[in-house]
Amino acid sequence: MKLVLAAIAILSGLAFTGCSRTSGVVKAESTRKMAPDFALKDAAGKTVRLSDYRGDVVLLNFWATWCGPCQIEIPWFIDFQKNYKDRKFAVLGVSMDDDGWKSVKPYIEQRKINYPIVVGTEETSQLYGGIDSLPTTFIIDRGGRIAAVHTGLVSKSVYQDEINKLLDDKDDGGVLQEPARRSALVDPRLAAVLFAR
Amino acid sequence: MLILASPLCFSQGNVLTIAAPPKVIAKAGATVEAKITAQLRPGYHCNSTTPSDDYLIPLKLTWTAAPLSVAEVVYPKPQMEKYAFSDKPLSVYTGDFDIVTKFNVPASAPPGPTVISAKLRYQACTDRMCLPPKTVDVSLPIEIVK
Repeated sequence: MKLVLAAIAILSGLAFTGCSRTSGVVKAESTRKMAPDFALKDAAGKTVRLSDYRGDVVLLNFWATWCGPCQIEIPWFIDFQKNYKDRKFAVLGVSMDDDGWKSVKPYIEQRKINYPIVVGTEETSQLYGGIDSLPTTFIIDRGGRIAAVHTGLVSKSVYQDEINKLLDDKDDGGVLQEPARRSALVDPRLAAVLFAR
Repeated sequence: MLILASPLCFSQGNVLTIAAPPKVIAKAGATVEAKITAQLRPGYHCNSTTPSDDYLIPLKLTWTAAPLSVAEVVYPKPQMEKYAFSDKPLSVYTGDFDIVTKFNVPASAPPGPTVISAKLRYQACTDRMCLPPKTVDVSLPIEIVK
């Protein structure tokens, strides 16, 4: 019994330590809103849903081939996808090019983009409040909540810091903490603590 | 579902506006020039009609000129400006600039007032972000005289 209580205490502690580390431009967990889900096709015609990435930290980037500042960020995102992919991280690009794949497909091939790209619609834009300026990038936590938003070009280190904070965050929105959650099922007092938001 | 109004709801509208052009007197059987003055919001630039890269969207003025016909559209000389997002200077327009159009007026053009129209397509950016391409309607009042 002591062992179980110790484990519960450790898991609880990890959860709250994770919360407290989200500072700076990363929003406090209590203020994060769910990222609206969408289903869009990738270049191969496969449907990609944002919700498919639940459990991962996601960098959701709205961009276009004609957007100069977006060109600067894309190599960074290629690096992130390569360097963080084993840590349950993903980049997802949403192109807002009017002519869709006609412009986007050659661009993906030319730039050797290694992360999924979908072509967005006006509806997708409206889901996110109306994407009026590009690039616009959302950093989404493992629970599918928006932890940071950037409109316009920011530095690579800003993204890196935010991604690292979220990757280090032990609160995963319920995906990685199954042992703790199962424990909570048998201990209502722990449930009250763990799931209080 | 519209959950992110505060960070993103900052619609820029048209950062490029067109000053109302004065009426042009067009003599039938002659050529006539009309000047369109575009005004870009400070801090913004738009690609020139000959952008530096293939991926950039050029500024373009397209007339529906009947009963006149377009002889030539003369765009201003672009500026070469360096921005944070580009390794090399870009061919752009900033501030106020004029686009001059030369029209042929047919000898058979019916005398009297008319309005011809154009669409100005542009794509604007600051040094950190870009707005989607937009099209502005242009109306030019004309008095055709014999």
